[in-house]
Amino acid sequence: MISLASPVRTPFHAIPAGLKLGALCVFTIVVFSIDGAAVAAGLALLVLALYSIGGAGFVRTGLRRLLVLWPFIAVIAVWHAATGELPRGFTLCAKLAAAVGLANLVTMTTRLDDMVSVFCWLARPLRRLGLDDRSLGLAIALVIRFVPVLVAKGFEISEAWRSRSTRRPGWRIVAPLALAAVDDAEHVAEAIRARGGVEGRRGSR
Amino acid sequence: MERDLALVALFAALIAALGLVPQIALASGVPITAQSLGVMLAGTVLGSKRGGLAVLLFVVLVALGLPLLSGGRGGLGLFVSPSAGFLIGFPLAAYAAGLVTERWRTASVGVAAAAGAALGGIVVLYIPGIAGMSLAAGFTVPEAAVLSVVYLPGDLIKAVLAGLLTASLAKARPASVLSRQP
Repeated sequence: MISLASPVRTPFHAIPAGLKLGALCVFTIVVFSIDGAAVAAGLALLVLALYSIGGAGFVRTGLRRLLVLWPFIAVIAVWHAATGELPRGFTLCAKLAAAVGLANLVTMTTRLDDMVSVFCWLARPLRRLGLDDRSLGLAIALVIRFVPVLVAKGFEISEAWRSRSTRRPGWRIVAPLALAAVDDAEHVAEAIRARGGVEGRRGSR
Repeated sequence: MERDLALVALFAALIAALGLVPQIALASGVPITAQSLGVMLAGTVLGSKRGGLAVLLFVVLVALGLPLLSGGRGGLGLFVSPSAGFLIGFPLAAYAAGLVTERWRTASVGVAAAAGAALGGIVVLYIPGIAGMSLAAGFTVPEAAVLSVVYLPGDLIKAVLAGLLTASLAKARPASVLSRQP
């Protein structure tokens, strides 16, 4: 499983994840509370300047990740052109690019384990509601392990479909895939129980 | 306990797999992926609580930076983009879908699951979705509502499919369909 963290080392990698996430929250609130085309464009350029510290390749990756926004940008542009408010459309697009750009920058420069530990720290108050962080860690690990397994199974099932039919497999392969997930879950549960259960060595079992 | 945890984790993985295997795409060309079908299924198969948790786990992992959304997208940027509301609404949608499947016992599994998937995946999901679109992209609420109508036909098809798939899972593995345990 590949994470979205960038292999390019930047000075941002050294900043603690919690600090980056805090700064991102503040920045996002600022972006969505300001108004005016010039300020919005300034913030977007500021984010671009932050990316440029990582070099040209890093900027290119960042811009490619921003491409997911294009349908919205297109809709906003067409909409505001039709209503005759193009400057407002431009401001909205710049704000979006700045907010999404900085959020992507945090994702690109933070290792997955650091993110997971910040998340577990944030989830700690939920312990009182019965959310135990060991099971949370185990659940996260299981998902990361089983996504490639199920994706591979999905490809296998669609191969099997195509060897029998000329039509696209489509939704018909969802049933066997869901069945595979359910069966895997039962096996995994049995394996965890055989190794002492989720409670582990804490000895309740 | 172990069984609940494993089913929750495996359904989170299934939702990711449904978005990442291109052959499952429900129609070629248009971006109708099976990912939200996975969200509905988590609710209709695992029930409200566990289904909601499975989808929450999936959304958290996307936020932490795993490329699990259809097309290999992921990361924090999505949570401030105009589609953020749909992402945040996913766990609620699964919860609602599960609740209907659990409670509507007079209907057959398939019918209850399809109705639940429609309620969760359309009514419950579109509320935060439309709110997110109007917050992040500056549309008024009616404008955002008009724009999200494009998702409606696909989601209706997916709700029917969720009903059919839940019924066939209930036949094949009755013990694993937690939403319909006596």
